[in-house]
Amino acid sequence: MNAIDVFSAVDQPDLWAARAQMALSLAWHIVIACFGVGFPTLVLIAEYRSRHGGGAVYDALAHRWAKILGILFAVGAVSGTILSFEMGILWPRLMATFGSVLGLPFAIEGIAFFIEAIFIGIYLYGWDRLPPTVHLLTGLPVVVGGIASAWFVVTANAWLNQPVGFTLTNGVVSGVDPWAAILNPATPVETTHMILAAFMVSGFGVAAAHAWGLRRNPASQLHRTGFLIAFSLGAILTPAQIVVGDAAAQFLATNQPIKLAAIEGLYQSQRGAPLSIGGIPVDGAMHFALQIPDGLSLLAFRDPNALVVGLDTVPAADRPPVLPVHLAFQVMVAIGFGLLALGAWLAWSWWRRRDMPRSRRFILAAIAAGPGAVVAMEAGWMVTELGRQPWIVYRVMRVEDAVTAARGLPIGFFTLIGVYLALTAGTILVLRRTLAAMPEDGPPS
Amino acid sequence: MTTADAILFLTWAGLTAYALFGGADFGAGFWDLTAGRRQGAAIRDLIEDTIGPVWEANHVWLIFAIVVVWTAFPVVFAAVASTLYIPLTLVAIGIILRGSGFAFRKSVADPDLRRRFGMIFGLSSIVTPFFLGAIAGGVASGRVPPGNAAGDPIGSWLNPTSVLGGVLAVGLCAFLAAVYLTSDARRTGDAALVEAFRGRALASGLTVGTGALLGIVVIHADAPTLFAGLTAGALPLVVLSAVTGIASLALLARRRFALARGTAGLAVGAVLWGWAVAQYPYLLVGSLTIDQAAGPPATLTALLISLLVGAVLVVPSMVALFVLAQRSRA
Repeated sequence: MNAIDVFSAVDQPDLWAARAQMALSLAWHIVIACFGVGFPTLVLIAEYRSRHGGGAVYDALAHRWAKILGILFAVGAVSGTILSFEMGILWPRLMATFGSVLGLPFAIEGIAFFIEAIFIGIYLYGWDRLPPTVHLLTGLPVVVGGIASAWFVVTANAWLNQPVGFTLTNGVVSGVDPWAAILNPATPVETTHMILAAFMVSGFGVAAAHAWGLRRNPASQLHRTGFLIAFSLGAILTPAQIVVGDAAAQFLATNQPIKLAAIEGLYQSQRGAPLSIGGIPVDGAMHFALQIPDGLSLLAFRDPNALVVGLDTVPAADRPPVLPVHLAFQVMVAIGFGLLALGAWLAWSWWRRRDMPRSRRFILAAIAAGPGAVVAMEAGWMVTELGRQPWIVYRVMRVEDAVTAARGLPIGFFTLIGVYLALTAGTILVLRRTLAAMPEDGPPS
Repeated sequence: MTTADAILFLTWAGLTAYALFGGADFGAGFWDLTAGRRQGAAIRDLIEDTIGPVWEANHVWLIFAIVVVWTAFPVVFAAVASTLYIPLTLVAIGIILRGSGFAFRKSVADPDLRRRFGMIFGLSSIVTPFFLGAIAGGVASGRVPPGNAAGDPIGSWLNPTSVLGGVLAVGLCAFLAAVYLTSDARRTGDAALVEAFRGRALASGLTVGTGALLGIVVIHADAPTLFAGLTAGALPLVVLSAVTGIASLALLARRRFALARGTAGLAVGAVLWGWAVAQYPYLLVGSLTIDQAAGPPATLTALLISLLVGAVLVVPSMVALFVLAQRSRA
């Protein structure tokens, strides 16, 4: 008996609810997950400095950060669990057909997450019960586990964009090579881009909280030190992220040209394609954009005369929604360069005066950089996911062919909106209470 | 033993770990909710101390089992998830509320907030294992056919075997937690606390034992295939569960708490393995065997290698965590 045969595609009137629920769960989890990947490194830097001549302020910082990490990690772990349920609840045909192709990275991710969860328990509870050096070392598996789990879970998404490692004949998968699926062509750029984004979200996010503290208490050593460590991590990685982002766009030009065409609102294939900055693509044309002649051809192929594939090369039914993809990309790039400028501002000030910029404007910009990094990361995911539409597995399976036959999906979706609202409110409340309860150093005499 | 059998064996070992460790964490939530006024604070403090360092790691067994099933037996995962999507959604919500409720309570000092987060933690610690048990009952009684949401969206989890599975799951979690916590309470040196958990362990053990006896009638009437398996190949495991269950009560009565931990774990583990043996070689009772549902050989081999490498990394780490968590309260 061929089990795939019984998984027929269905007409799902509430496809929108399945998509919205998946988008909500992913978008929520991914923010917290970023802190699980990047934040442990900050905690370890603070603890290392506190043990090696950094002094009391680093000790206070390390304990404070570890406490916040503990809360965020718990929320991240439970909000990630629902995603593994939703893969089957919402997309059983995807899983029935391709589970054995894209499953392996998830299984290995599970192992990596195990290591992370175990050692975060050891790290948080072993603080006063393990010798200092041993304790510091127990933090390393948390960092490695976090990065590894991000790497493996993003390879699964990369596979959705560049599905390889199988043969499909009449809807039946054969010749499966799961290692080839993990090492699909999109893996290097996508995983690097996401892991850097996670570190940037952690760095700028934590820095923003300390910038907030500095605005209220400019002399606070705790906030100043915390800000400098966290902001530096984000700022150092920003130029690297821009280089990787450029590589990602070049990758799209040859491997997912329609996604790039949607990003740029390029309706017609053309040589010497212009780069559109800003602008609103509607009704098959780009309006109000600042266009740099030959810019897109140059960026995508390093050749001002290169042919860039336009949306006209595929039927209308195979095109992604151009407007949101284009706008999300513009937002991501704009914030990326804004963060680069902010980092340069600090570097300039440090080079001139060995101090961070004193102006109120810098502090306000640094506060905005935290949410900004989150928005840029979410916008990047919108580009990746919406740019792949209408395919769930690029050019292999459409989203509507992957969905469950179950009825009543909107009920689940609306229920989850309530759950996520409550979870958000609870997380914010507890973070605020926790920080308020921890002693904040006063201004030095 | 085929590769698929080996993977299923490891998955079941993972699920057993989830039942023994994650299950005890759920049970702790049950006792937290019902701690009452008189000894409430002491009981809740012990629970918070005991499961605080380990609950996240204990929870990963479930995620692990799910991703292994969808990799090795994708059609089974898809069939179960799409038919049983209502209880699965409730389990997912229960997991979110329970984990965050516990972590939030641990992080705040305000008594009013602590009480509210504690309520969320306790209630979702009962709801979640109930629906997990109901899902198990739906699968074990053969109510999940292969296909895209092909089973009854309500009847697949609202039926005699599922209700039995749900109630038994809540009871077994409570029993395990009470036995473990009795042993943990001894380290606090608080004799009244030890007696409080000993009483709870005895009461919940007797209740679950009686429930399991009555359950035989339910399974006989509602799930004849499962009943046949339980009384044939799985009979030794059923007997083992009964014997170790009774032994746990005797050991609790004689205050041999460390040994009672072992027998209680065996009693619960034997239930899970009894179910597995009773259903073998079917994954979806009556329609899909392990061999029919197994993914391609290349995936199974890669998965098995990954699991073995993972075990080498995970198991010693887990032991280190438990040793540290026990030592911290010494």
